[in-house]
Amino acid sequence: MTEKQDPNGMSRRQLLRHSAWFGTAVALTVAGGEVLSSVAGCASQPQSQPQPTLRFAQISDSHIGFTGTANASVTDTFTEAINQVNGLGYTPDFVIHTGDLTHLATADQFDQVKQMMTSLKTPHIFTVPGEHDTIDFPKYQQAFGADTRGDGWYSFDTAGVHVIALVNTLNLKKLGHLGPDQLDFVQKDVATLSSDTPIVVFSHIPLFAMYPDWGWGTDDAAQALGYLKRFSSVTCLNGHVHQLFSKTEGNVTFHSGTTTAYPLPHPGDGPAPKPVTLPAGKLHDALGIREVSYIKGQQALALKEQALQ
Amino acid sequence: MTAAALLLVVGCSSSSTPAAGPASITFSSDGTPGMVGATTSGSMPMPMPGSSVAPAASDAPNGSNAVNISNFAFAPASLTIPAGSTVTWTNKDEEPHTVVSGDGTTFHSPGMDTGGTYSFTFQNAGTFEYICSIHPMMHGTVVVTK
Repeated sequence: MTEKQDPNGMSRRQLLRHSAWFGTAVALTVAGGEVLSSVAGCASQPQSQPQPTLRFAQISDSHIGFTGTANASVTDTFTEAINQVNGLGYTPDFVIHTGDLTHLATADQFDQVKQMMTSLKTPHIFTVPGEHDTIDFPKYQQAFGADTRGDGWYSFDTAGVHVIALVNTLNLKKLGHLGPDQLDFVQKDVATLSSDTPIVVFSHIPLFAMYPDWGWGTDDAAQALGYLKRFSSVTCLNGHVHQLFSKTEGNVTFHSGTTTAYPLPHPGDGPAPKPVTLPAGKLHDALGIREVSYIKGQQALALKEQALQ
Repeated sequence: MTAAALLLVVGCSSSSTPAAGPASITFSSDGTPGMVGATTSGSMPMPMPGSSVAPAASDAPNGSNAVNISNFAFAPASLTIPAGSTVTWTNKDEEPHTVVSGDGTTFHSPGMDTGGTYSFTFQNAGTFEYICSIHPMMHGTVVVTK
């Protein structure tokens, strides 16, 4: 399903100009729901689009504390992302931050990002840690780990959707890693659910093999996804890769989200996943927020990507 | 910008979802992970304190016991030293790195930002493999001779 882009064919700037890479994600996203459902509504009763049962926003990879050339102020862009969520025109039922809240997991950085997120206008904010946050995992847990299970994972039910938040940034060998305790949690967590329950899974590192050479995958994800095989709709949302990308494998759709801080290279483009400094004025196009909505009775969740304005 | 625009186009712009309050979803105040967001529409973001930056050493270490971290790699990837020597790692990448021994406990640096350094003194002979815990595809080895 996923086509690996040829990093040698175009420069990054050309890629952005042509939107080739984003275009791939967009096409898949469109197939995933929102536009299809809009078209259906259009054909019959344009004004009667059903109210989503659940609407939430995803933000990711704020990297508070980053001071490199790729973004002169990650606090400014994170503030802009928060304001953009607050300006959606509705109150999201919750906001998920899919990790790398901080750059270096210091107490000050955790305090700062937590304070900033309190201005999100939503009843609830969820998080999962990124590998930058787990440089000092006890500090992450102190800031965000209340009421979680095991090493920071948890699940909840809302509006008929079952949401699972996983931690795959601990005990890394090469790729992301869930570990036996967490796998056991997933198995038991979904055991009593009806197979038509929509499942949403949050993690920082992708649960699919996006680019293993750079650690963009999770070594024991297949086992977790195996427990979710019988469900008709599984949507996995991750951060980590700082760029939009979507992929479908059977009943599961994976959506990598972008960042509020700085872009990373496309897979294999260059020697390492180093922050990319874009030409002046281009940074906001690479950053953004994501809206996710679910309409009861429809299988797929609908995603809308918004570049930072 | 382009991606966002593309997603929202396609025909029915007139049937956009009306702005409305949240669906009736509640999270219990107890036993739910995460944090509560702003509840009043008039709240303004508080000014944030300046971010604190991990102290960065300005001078790269000299001498044969230095390991530089550049382009997500340790250089040299393998270093041989006599027991009692101190190895100093210097991060020359814009991305933070750590130095963590294979057993996770012999040595475990904090996150080193750009220009940051970490030193460890190897008292015992042996072969010590290590990784960057943030980017575990990065591998290095220190061989300590008697």
